[in-house]
Amino acid sequence: MTGDSSTTTTPAEAPGVTPAVSVRGVYKVFGPKPGEAVRRLEAGASRDEVKNLGTAAVIDATFDVAPGEIFVVMGLSGSGKSTLIRMLNGLWAPSAGDVLLGDANLATVDGKRLRQLRRSRVSMVFQHFALLPHRTVLDNAAYPLEIQGVGKAERQEKAQQALDMVGLSGWQDSLPSQLSGGMRQRVGLARALAADTDVLLMDEAFSALDPLIRSEMQEQLLELQEKLGKTIIFITHDLNEAMHLGDRIAVMRDGRIVQIGTAEQILSDPANSYVEKFVADVDRSRVLTASSVMQRPRLTVPAGGGPRQAAREMRDAEVSGAFAVDRRRVLKGLVRADDAVRATKDGVEKLEGIIDTDVTSVHQDTPLAELFAPAAESAVPLAVVDDEGRLVGVVPRVTLLEAMAGESVENGNVSTPEKTQQQAQEGPADGEPAGTTEGAPA
Amino acid sequence: MIAAANDTLVPRVPVGDWIETAIDWVTDTFDPLFDAIKTFFETIYDGLDWVLSTPPFFVVAIVLAAIAFWAKGWKLGIGSLVGFVLIAAMDQWDNAMDSLALVLLASAVALVIGIPLGIWAARNEHVSRVVRPILDFMQTMPAFVYLIPTVVIFLTGPVPGIIATIVFALAPGVRFTELGIRQVDAEVVEAGRAFGSTDRRILRQIQIPLAMPTIMAGVNQVIMLALSMVVISGMVGAGGLGGDVVGALSSVDIALGFEAGLAVVFLAIYLDRVTSALADRSPVAKALKAAR
Repeated sequence: MTGDSSTTTTPAEAPGVTPAVSVRGVYKVFGPKPGEAVRRLEAGASRDEVKNLGTAAVIDATFDVAPGEIFVVMGLSGSGKSTLIRMLNGLWAPSAGDVLLGDANLATVDGKRLRQLRRSRVSMVFQHFALLPHRTVLDNAAYPLEIQGVGKAERQEKAQQALDMVGLSGWQDSLPSQLSGGMRQRVGLARALAADTDVLLMDEAFSALDPLIRSEMQEQLLELQEKLGKTIIFITHDLNEAMHLGDRIAVMRDGRIVQIGTAEQILSDPANSYVEKFVADVDRSRVLTASSVMQRPRLTVPAGGGPRQAAREMRDAEVSGAFAVDRRRVLKGLVRADDAVRATKDGVEKLEGIIDTDVTSVHQDTPLAELFAPAAESAVPLAVVDDEGRLVGVVPRVTLLEAMAGESVENGNVSTPEKTQQQAQEGPADGEPAGTTEGAPA
Repeated sequence: MIAAANDTLVPRVPVGDWIETAIDWVTDTFDPLFDAIKTFFETIYDGLDWVLSTPPFFVVAIVLAAIAFWAKGWKLGIGSLVGFVLIAAMDQWDNAMDSLALVLLASAVALVIGIPLGIWAARNEHVSRVVRPILDFMQTMPAFVYLIPTVVIFLTGPVPGIIATIVFALAPGVRFTELGIRQVDAEVVEAGRAFGSTDRRILRQIQIPLAMPTIMAGVNQVIMLALSMVVISGMVGAGGLGGDVVGALSSVDIALGFEAGLAVVFLAIYLDRVTSALADRSPVAKALKAAR
């Protein structure tokens, strides 16, 4: 049981680089006889066999996290991930093994040094925000600096910078209770950033947020990470989140790390049947089809309407073309803005005459791979339709390319409301603000 | 018959005699200590009583009403003033001030002991386990039983009343403090630790402020219990409203009894409303209210 650490550990960094965080053979047993339990576990006993000696929350965890890496620990509740992260800043002391934060071993340092390390090296974001309700947003964000002994003026300035960074400018004098959940967690994030530590621990940081806010926060985190390059250890039970955020992912089950690897490695080469089963659910949803990358059309015009109305709507929406649909949203074709304007001038009453029916549409279940040929032929975004020919979305070419490249592009507009949760979490679709959905037909 | 059966089945265990012997021994052995305690409490009580009784009643009444106004608002301020005028009109003002001095002193001591003990119990499981049954004992023992040993030790006067009141009123201060601290969101405490705060600082900056609404509820309970003990301590010559109530009882004086009783009621309402209002003024309570 202990000998398989080589298969579960795949350090990503080159051999010469000192890991920011290094966990070596760590055990955590809660109970009356942790030492005895660890010995039995090391000898190959199972978690259940040592039950009467204590609850083995973490068993033989070994991994390195490189500086600047986002390392996600993923597992269901009770898998030991929360205990594991709490050993990385000494909130729990390991029952056995070493936790190295740079050159300091948290397993052996005394209380004073531990507090020092927490102030200077590692900060944390909590699932339920853990803000001080009686302090303003600014004072909450300044809290770590206060503990560090930074003077009032300086800490408020730094805290304000951190708040600006997470997009909470102007909220510094509010109380946490006056903010929404997403904003509260931004305060939590700002607090951790204000501490200005290299290592950031995030314990189910986005799990308490509703899906839309959650994906917004994920984007914001990635954006900040690009600028700041922190070493982030992120705990989650959500595989989509893990896949989206993690440079590498450690999958935990019953206290053990069963696999460490990149999202691709875990998807394509699951270490065992547990991981396979775990990713199977997600995998099906991640079999990328047109529906999984499509975006909501920014504007559709009624095919039965007139060109004047269509022209005005397109002008208001600032698009140069829109798909025309009938009352049941069945796709009828494409209307170009300049055609509509011309028709209006010419006094044409019906839109029908100017609808370009030569539009490439694809079924929503079409695999991504089969979208390339039609996309290449079509100058406008692909229309995605359901079984009955109703328009359900559009796939701009840029989105498609990004989806295949499988990487997110710098996105200035993280809070695009049109984005669905799935698209945001899948990553591939997030580079394209929905505003360009109805791109200009050439 | 039943008593006889008990006599043969279960031997008489003289628990009472033992306690009496123990208290006699304690009284003899620690006599100088008790003298010191008595002098200490008498001095503070006399001082407090002097402050409340020496100025003309309307000065004290206005000051007390002003405190109510500051704590809650003009309604409570005016209500308090009316209550105090009624107490004076019933010729119970001096008694009421004696009792108020006793309540304030006993409550303050009960809180000075109770709150730190509650904090300790919240942070230490062993302490909690030892303290809990003792508090159960203290709360359920009929209140005037405390008067017997305190009278033996401190004779008559206000001091046995004060000591008995402290013992009687101690429990909620401990319990509410322990509860309040334990109820503080574990994650917030964790956050304090995670950013490198010391335990003492976490207590001061996180646990006590967040527990304050609950602790203040405990303060309120302590004061209320202390006030209810005031009447009982009238039995041992503690004076004040309790003295009149006990006197009215022995002479079957309905008029005096009700007048003293009503004064207790006014005092109780005043203390209850003011301490509850103070609980609402704690930063955490205010912060939570700001959300609505």
